[in-house]
Amino acid sequence: MENTPTNYKDIKGWGIDADPENDPTYPIKNRTDEEHKGYNWERPAQQPVDIEVLQSNERPNVTAVFGTSTPPSGLSGEIRRFAFKYSEGSYGHWLPLILADRINVYEGIIDDLSSGRVPNIFAERGWTAEWKYNREGFIKKALAGIVIGSFVVAALCYKNKSKSHFKK
Amino acid sequence: MLAMNYRGPFRVRLDQKPYPEIKHPNDAIIRVTRSCICGSDLHLYHGLVPDTRVGMTFGHEFVGVVEEIGESVQKLKVGDNVLVPFNIACGACAFCKQGLYGNCHESNSQATAVGGIFGYSHTAGGYDGGQAEYVRVPYADVGPTVIPEGMDPDDAVLLTDVVPTGYQAAEMAGIQKGDTVVIFGAGPIGIMAAKCCWLFGAGRVIVIDHLDYRLEFARNYANCEAYNFKSLEDPVLFIKKITDWLGADACIDAVGCEAAGSALQTITGRKMLLQAGSATALHWAINSVKKGGIVSIVGVYGPTGNLIPIGNVVNKGITIRANQASVKRLLPRLIDHVQAGRLDPKGLITHRIPLEEISEAYHIFSAKLDNCIKPVLIPPSAQR
Repeated sequence: MENTPTNYKDIKGWGIDADPENDPTYPIKNRTDEEHKGYNWERPAQQPVDIEVLQSNERPNVTAVFGTSTPPSGLSGEIRRFAFKYSEGSYGHWLPLILADRINVYEGIIDDLSSGRVPNIFAERGWTAEWKYNREGFIKKALAGIVIGSFVVAALCYKNKSKSHFKK
Repeated sequence: MLAMNYRGPFRVRLDQKPYPEIKHPNDAIIRVTRSCICGSDLHLYHGLVPDTRVGMTFGHEFVGVVEEIGESVQKLKVGDNVLVPFNIACGACAFCKQGLYGNCHESNSQATAVGGIFGYSHTAGGYDGGQAEYVRVPYADVGPTVIPEGMDPDDAVLLTDVVPTGYQAAEMAGIQKGDTVVIFGAGPIGIMAAKCCWLFGAGRVIVIDHLDYRLEFARNYANCEAYNFKSLEDPVLFIKKITDWLGADACIDAVGCEAAGSALQTITGRKMLLQAGSATALHWAINSVKKGGIVSIVGVYGPTGNLIPIGNVVNKGITIRANQASVKRLLPRLIDHVQAGRLDPKGLITHRIPLEEISEAYHIFSAKLDNCIKPVLIPPSAQR
């Protein structure tokens, strides 16, 4: 069945109770219904699109300005491109982006190493502040880490030993 | 130039990055003299905001000096001291024209649900932010505002986000004279919202959090009541009891997606990412407000969705109002409040930290060390 546009003003009773004074507060305090005219405002000059900008499929164009921080790259970039095939209302959009973010962390480490830089995870996590302001907590965390690490190493050694024993 | 560099959840460092370029005729380059770490930056830092890419520079609260302008910029000149609203707004689209500068349609290609925000992931436009020595500022004729003569830069930097967001939280709460307002969250925004509730005529302002030092700060700074929910068996029941069993006239969620207080919300929202963060504060706000009351949300949530008692919203006839603060719309009024001494933004600042110590600054704020309320970063070039 075809949807035929209706002249809504011909509908019996249309607008009979409309009360412009009853407009609620912000966010629509300064309502002008500008958007009823559609996407036809005079757009600002377009920033040259000289990098890859992923674009929501819920809009028809790249915005007049856009950020140029970190264009998509590598495996995470491929996943991000895939994500942008789906609308913002879809998990198909957001879940791949979250996955891409996690992969991107490892890509960052690989980038660091390939440029001859070993990331100082201790410093990047700001643990000197933890040592300065929460020494007791720091020591507890360190001890917990050592205990868990030792347990894991011991468990692995035990497993390897059992395997080699079984081979004999 | 020196700039903060995100390397993954809980990992940031300071690196040399290229000096920003003018990319658009209405761009400006700002030499940053103050920038803040916002509570919402911690959502990025904790890896909770999708499309947060390694290598990005965060920071949406900053002030500085105009270093360079594009050919079409008319309202700024080189050397102006400016404060820069956190939202990037064109001033020309249907939404900006209605004062919705936090919802600009010409600043974020990656998502329609949020306007462009400096240094806030690619979901908010992919702009590098102000936790750096220099930053590119688009639409320089729209957002940046020359700092009034005599205004302390520490006051000015908090006018870029904290004050407008706190004020708008109170504004959206539709406060009538004598109303009781409950604010969930005693971070900088919650404390500022508490302060602003009085400007709208509230009769009673109550702040709920779980950190005693923040509650003490809120009590002193905003002249409000403050309660630790850890000492309350049930915060919703507590609010019902102290409001003659009816509930608060308005509740404000000033926490967002990292709320504590519910194991279920924490595990599903913050640990397993099965929802867009933990919505405990919003849960409590909906359940604590009176029938027909208003819930105002300024806490930040991710885009995927959250478990909230929407049935109670319907059955209680609650109005929910929420938005990113429309900084440009509010600035004239807020500057007046600051100059008249009705608001004291810089009183929120507890830590002034060199930009070079960015990793420590994030950890201090994130782990709530040293009674931190609001950290401000000072770039080495700020003294030039």
